[in-house]
Amino acid sequence: MPVVIGDSPVFMSAANSNLTAPAPSVSGWFVGVLKRIVLEVQQYSGLAARSLRNVFSGPHYFADTLEQMDIIGVGSMPIVLLTGFFIGAVMVLQTAAQFTRFGQTSLTGDVVAIALVRELGPTISGLLVAGRCASGIASELGSMLVTEQVDAMRAMGTDPSRKLVTPRVVATVLMMPLLTAMADLVGLVGGYTVSALTLRLGAVEFWTRAIDALELGDLMQGLSKPIVFGFILSTVGCYKGLNVRGGTQGVGRATTQAVVVSSVLIIVTNLFLTRLALFLAGKIF
Amino acid sequence: MSGHESGEIVISFEGVTLGFDEGDILRRVSFSVARQETKVLVGETGAGKTLALKLAAGLLRPDAGRVEVLGHNVSGMSESELLGFRQKIGFVFQEGALFDSLAVEDNVAYRLREDGVDENEIEGRVREALRFVEMEHAIGLIPSELSGGMRRRVSIARALVNRPPVVLYDSPTAGLDPVTAQTIITLILRLRDTYGVTALLATHRLQDAFALANFRFDPAANRVVPAKQNGRPWAGSVSAATSFLVLRDGSVYFEGDQRAVLQSPDPYLKRFLV
Repeated sequence: MPVVIGDSPVFMSAANSNLTAPAPSVSGWFVGVLKRIVLEVQQYSGLAARSLRNVFSGPHYFADTLEQMDIIGVGSMPIVLLTGFFIGAVMVLQTAAQFTRFGQTSLTGDVVAIALVRELGPTISGLLVAGRCASGIASELGSMLVTEQVDAMRAMGTDPSRKLVTPRVVATVLMMPLLTAMADLVGLVGGYTVSALTLRLGAVEFWTRAIDALELGDLMQGLSKPIVFGFILSTVGCYKGLNVRGGTQGVGRATTQAVVVSSVLIIVTNLFLTRLALFLAGKIF
Repeated sequence: MSGHESGEIVISFEGVTLGFDEGDILRRVSFSVARQETKVLVGETGAGKTLALKLAAGLLRPDAGRVEVLGHNVSGMSESELLGFRQKIGFVFQEGALFDSLAVEDNVAYRLREDGVDENEIEGRVREALRFVEMEHAIGLIPSELSGGMRRRVSIARALVNRPPVVLYDSPTAGLDPVTAQTIITLILRLRDTYGVTALLATHRLQDAFALANFRFDPAANRVVPAKQNGRPWAGSVSAATSFLVLRDGSVYFEGDQRAVLQSPDPYLKRFLV
């Protein structure tokens, strides 16, 4: 209740008010945060599980999946290829000085190939596609949510999980290994280009060493990581988009969070996947 | 209770309660809608009108109580069961909720394609629905190229394309100028009196509700005419029963027909008549 003093209403101070809520304790705040995190993980897990389950039962939206493959795969090609080229080129520049000192410039192809295929190709591609597509997915689905298009879809008997989420997840999982493979190849081209210009390395020497340095385990590691990264960035983008709160401002927040969360998850997951791949490589290959 | 006593009950709310973090929005709301009746939900912003419509469509689940529509216990069905049930419901959202990446034709055809209707049949039915709302000329446009009233009309076409027996309207005239609002009300009258739909309509404008109660669409003359002839209610084959339900603070504040609304001395009801 405002207390009028003179011509101006002055609200009662919190110190005098009997209606002040008790300040939350540190432990209460911490428990609240923990509950929110657990709830988010639960909801995200449910969305991710449903997106996979939908693959094995109809109806399927093949046209939507193809459209998403075009948007995510073909649309991301320019940035992935451009980045791959320059990553390969920079790698040679950085390592060239060391190899020249030891007279081992012929090892350039080995190093670029192993680093690109095992690690840089999948991770850089994953982060680029997360920045481009996870944000796009989150903003598109978030905009649909706040304008009631998702409710309209449900009101007309369509399951948004099948129509919106599964096509995006399937498209991303299918296109990520292809994008990574192309990034690896273009990265090697970039590495060779700089090798030829700065180290005067021959094409036969570079490419022979690059191909011979790779083992089956490297290829398996390099092409299986993108599948996991693709699943992560697409499901995170869908989850953030379909859980927008707060109108258009919430859409902006969700878009940013989708990129940040999927990028962090890709980097963290990469550690565990690398450890697993190295373990399996020793056992199987 | 309902002004249309003799009809079969199509929509029924029994003790429905729904709340969110900030508290209960609907508290033990009970009402029913008979076949071919139009029940108008009136209330201030935040009274729970939109929530009631979404509960009827199964888009939300109540915290307590029961919602029955066309004999189905909507409040107890799973999402997969509701997807099939919603083929019998048409929903006109407040801002239209058209899919903004699809053209008008694809928006209206959406439900037909989801139901697996043959493509050769779809165009004809889409054009018929757009002709009904007088929007056939816009068939190739996308929603961003339409005005607010046009989007509302396309939304109605999308809702009626598969001839549902129940139509839910969420503030269909909100934000429109009086002339366009009248066009929308005419369409709703036309839909009611041509196809005999049962309707639940949420609005904060009582004049829209009075228009539904006082007028009918005459298919023979193809125009809106007074519902009464020589001072007597029109005895047509399609019932034009319209009843009112006022929500206040989440509860049913008033329920009755137009006469009861106009004759009520309640000061809160009179505020809607200004």
